[in-house]
Amino acid sequence: MTKWGLVGLIVLATSAGEVLQSMGMKHNGEIHDFRPGALRSLAARLVQNRYIIASVLAMAVSFFAFMALVSVAELSFAVPVTASSIILETVLAKYLLKETIGWKRGAGALLVACGVALLSL
Amino acid sequence: MTEEQHKKTRIFTVIVVLSNVLGNSFLSRGMRGVGELLSLSPLPYIQALFNPWVALGASLLVLWLLSHMALLSWADLSYVLPVTAIGYVLVALTARVFLHEHVSPWRWAGIGLIVAGVMLVSRTAAITTAKPSGDAA
Repeated sequence: MTKWGLVGLIVLATSAGEVLQSMGMKHNGEIHDFRPGALRSLAARLVQNRYIIASVLAMAVSFFAFMALVSVAELSFAVPVTASSIILETVLAKYLLKETIGWKRGAGALLVACGVALLSL
Repeated sequence: MTEEQHKKTRIFTVIVVLSNVLGNSFLSRGMRGVGELLSLSPLPYIQALFNPWVALGASLLVLWLLSHMALLSWADLSYVLPVTAIGYVLVALTARVFLHEHVSPWRWAGIGLIVAGVMLVSRTAAITTAKPSGDAA
């Protein structure tokens, strides 16, 4: 697979993984208790959450594709270029997760995306 | 957002950013020793995990995944993404200082835009959707 093929795969897998992760964690509910016993019961619930299972699979694809990418490209190229997923994920957050993207958050995401594009030059 | 959520958000944002930056940096450092890896077979990837730098990077990225999941249990994805993007700035600095990669004026300009974007988004509420109904730990 080519360098740009890997970038495309990472962006798609990361976007799918993070949106599914957000769905799964919101479905599970906010974490308040970080004691070992409570975290064990949380882990037992999460391994049965289908959003989390799908998310971990997508993130594993993203991780191994990233390993391949950093074996052929510089880190200062690989990290920013794959961060272009921010735009896709912000759109998915609005339409799939029903989050409110006000002007500050929209403009902020756009500034970050432009900054990331400059970092990849 | 409650004071508890503000505090948790700050702590977990720091963990997410640091584990991601250090994890990616160690992974990159290790993969340089492993060599080109463009195979579709899983074996070379598993072999690469035995490189100490790659193993350390992968462990930190597992910490990143877990802390990111915790943060997303109460914060919006569209909040978490830009706020944790400050990590891209740290990656550029790490690449410059420790991996001796060249950081051009364009990249410094990109760093400035990311910082401005992060500052703007961090002034919004971390959660805009309905409060989750689950009774998680």
